[in-house]
Amino acid sequence: MYKIVRKKELNDAVTLMEIEAPFVAKKARAGQFIIFRVDEQGERVPLTIAGYDREKGTVSIIFQKVGFSTRALGELNEGDFIQDFVGPLGKPTETEGVKRVCVVGGGVGCAIALPSAVAFKEAGCEVDVIVGFRNKDIVILEDEFKAASDNLYLMTDDGSYGEHGFVTVKLQQLLEAGKQYDEVLAIGPIPMMKFVCKTTEPFGVKTMVSLNPIMVDGTGMCGGCRVTVGGETKFACVDGPEFDGHKVDYDELMKRNSVYRDREAEVAEKHTCRMEAMGKALIK
Amino acid sequence: MANMTLTKTPMPEQDPKVRARNFEEVALGYTAEMAMEEAGRCLNCKNPKCVEGCPVNVRIPEFISKVAEGDFKAAYEIITSTNALPALSGRVCPQESQCECKCIRGIKGEPVAIGRLERFVADWYRENVNAMPEKAPSNGVKVAVVGSGPAGLTCASDLAKRGYQVSVFEALHTAGGVLVYGIPEFRLPKAIVANEVKKLEAQGVEVMTNMVIGRVLSIDELFEMGYKAVFVGSGAGLPMFMHIPGEALKGVYSANEYLTRTNLMKAYTEEADTPIMKSKAVAVVGGGNVAMDGARCAMRLGADKVYIVYRRGEAEMPARKEEQHHAKEEGIEFMTLCNPTEILGDENGWVSGMKCIRMELGEPDASGRRRPVEIPGSEFVLDVDTVIMALGTSPNPLIRSTTPGLETNRKGCLLVNEDEMTTREGVFAGGDAVTGAATVILAMGAGKKAAAAIDAYLSK
Repeated sequence: MYKIVRKKELNDAVTLMEIEAPFVAKKARAGQFIIFRVDEQGERVPLTIAGYDREKGTVSIIFQKVGFSTRALGELNEGDFIQDFVGPLGKPTETEGVKRVCVVGGGVGCAIALPSAVAFKEAGCEVDVIVGFRNKDIVILEDEFKAASDNLYLMTDDGSYGEHGFVTVKLQQLLEAGKQYDEVLAIGPIPMMKFVCKTTEPFGVKTMVSLNPIMVDGTGMCGGCRVTVGGETKFACVDGPEFDGHKVDYDELMKRNSVYRDREAEVAEKHTCRMEAMGKALIK
Repeated sequence: MANMTLTKTPMPEQDPKVRARNFEEVALGYTAEMAMEEAGRCLNCKNPKCVEGCPVNVRIPEFISKVAEGDFKAAYEIITSTNALPALSGRVCPQESQCECKCIRGIKGEPVAIGRLERFVADWYRENVNAMPEKAPSNGVKVAVVGSGPAGLTCASDLAKRGYQVSVFEALHTAGGVLVYGIPEFRLPKAIVANEVKKLEAQGVEVMTNMVIGRVLSIDELFEMGYKAVFVGSGAGLPMFMHIPGEALKGVYSANEYLTRTNLMKAYTEEADTPIMKSKAVAVVGGGNVAMDGARCAMRLGADKVYIVYRRGEAEMPARKEEQHHAKEEGIEFMTLCNPTEILGDENGWVSGMKCIRMELGEPDASGRRRPVEIPGSEFVLDVDTVIMALGTSPNPLIRSTTPGLETNRKGCLLVNEDEMTTREGVFAGGDAVTGAATVILAMGAGKKAAAAIDAYLSK
C-alpha cells in the first residue's frame, strides 16, 4: 500500500497528490510515468510523473478527474492509501545535446511539461515555455513555470488571462521572429500536439511529443499501448512515452484511445451506485 | 496385480456447453478412488522412462505406488522432493510429449495418467494438509530472483531450501507471472497460484510486487545491495503482430492484452474496473496454447462465434491436443490453412471483418514443418468484430538494455551457458527470457537447474 501524504486541488477538475513511494522517488526522472491502482478491483492507470522528492521518498502526480479511476483516486484524502503505485516506467526526457528548447504544455498536460522544463533548465538549456489553458480559472503551476523558464508565455483560449490564443499561435510567432530551438517538446491533448508539430514542421525544428495511449501492464508485455511512429509499431511503455512528433499517427491514436469510452460511462454509473450503496450502508 | 485396463481412468469435467460460459475450472480432478484405480495401472518399471521425460525428474513410479497404497501424503513428499509446484504442473504440463509419451503402457493402449495423478496428489495435500514448508536454516547469502513466474518461483523455492536468503522482484501487482496474467482461471485457478506463493513466503522468501527490474533497480544495483547472485526469469515480452493493414483498429488485441485484461485484471467479473470489449464474433490468429486460451476466454466472455485462424493444418498446430479438443468441445471453430491478409474497419475505426486467404501446404521449411502457401484467388472475408493476435512474443528489452555485458541472441533472448549463467558473472537466467515463448514446465526446469548452478557458484 502507498500513502497519500499531500493532496491539493489545483483547480475544480485537477488534483495534485504526493504519494509515498521511496523506490519510485529514488529513480524517477522527468518524462517517465507511473501506474497506479486505487484498490483491489482497480484498473491499472498510467500517469506521467509531475515531480519527485528523493529525500522525502515521494512522487507527485497531477491528474484530471475525468475517468472512473481518476475520480476514485480524487475521492481519497491525505493519509489514505492506494493499492499499487509502480514506476518509474518509460524513458526519461532526453536533455542531452539540447541547448535551446521550447516546452509547450496544454491544460493538465502542463503538469507533465513542468518537470521536463525543470530538467532542461538543470541541464543548462535556455528554456522557453508556452502554456495554454481554456480560461483563467484553470490556470495551474504559473509560478513554477516562471521559475523553470527563461521566458514564459501564458496563453488562454478566451483571452481571460495572459495572451489570447492557442499555444500554436505563440509558437508560430516565435519561430517567425527567428527564434532558434534545437527542440520543441509538446505535452498536452492529442490535437494540440498534432498542431504543434504542424507548426514546427516548415521550420524543420525537431519536435518531441509525450503520448498517452491506453495501457494495461506498462512494462512491455501486453502491447495495448502500441502506436504507429514513422510507419513502425512502437510500444509507448518501453519505447516511449516520448516520440518524434513529426512521425506519429495522431488520428490512429485518437481513435484507439476512444475504445472504452462507452464503457467508461457505464462504469461511472456503476461507481455512482457503489458510492450511493456505501453511503446508505453508512447511514444505516 | 496391476490394473490392465487399456485406457486412462477418465477425469470428470464440466459439461462443455456449461463451462463455455463460465470461468470455473474445466477439469474437476480425480476422487481418491479414481486416483487409486488409475495408479494401479502403473507397472512400476525398474528403469522408468517417464522420469527421463520429465524436465524436473519427478520420481514418478515411486509417487504413483504410494497413491496406489492410498498414502497420498507420502506421494506428495516424493513429488515435492524434485518439483516445487505440482498443482501447477499437474494441470498445465504437456504430459503427452513428456512423461506420458515414454510410458510403457502407452505402447498398447493409453499411458498412465501421470499428470492427473500428480494433480490429484497436489490437490489432496492442499485440501487436507496444506502444511506450510519449514524455513531452512539461513546461510545468510542473499540471492535476487527477477520475476515470479514458473522459472522464478521454482528457482526461489530451491534456493530457499538450500538456506539462501531470497528476494523475488515482481513487476506486476500480483505474484505469479504468466500463471496469473496469462493462463486462464478455468485451466489454473488463481487461488492455487496464490497458495504456492504463500508457501514460498513460509520458506522465508521475500516477494516484492511492483518492482520493475531494469527501471526501479538495475541488475548492478541489486549487486550493490548485497545480492551475491541474480536469477533473471522475466518471461516473454512484447507481442508480435502480423504487420498487415488494420492492426491498429479498435477491437484488435494481442493475446497478451486480452488475457491480461481477463485473467490478471479480472475483466470477466462484475466488480473489476478493467474493461474488455463485449464481442459478438472473434477471430484468434495463431495455433498455440495461447491462441486456445484467448479463444476460450472470448467464448466465456459471451461471444456468439469464436474462430481459430491458423495458416497451417491442424496436425501442425503447436497447441496441446487436449487444449484443441477442449476448445472444439466448447464450440470454437477451427479455420486451418487460412491466413489473414487485412483487418477491415468501419468509419469509426472499429473492426468490421477480417480478410483471409486460403493456404495449402508446400515443401518443408526450416522448422521441418510444411510451409503454408497462399492459394491465389481464394480470398474471403470473415465476419468478426474482434481480432486477437496470438503470434508469439519477443523478449522484453528492459533488462538487457540496462545491464552492461548481458548478451542476447539475434531475437533478444538472453544467452546462457550450460549452467544457465548469462554472459555476466553471477547473473543467471532461465525460462522464456532465454528460450522465447515455451512451456511452464520448461521454465520450471530451468529455474531448478539455475538454483543448483547458483548454489555451486556461491559455494566456490
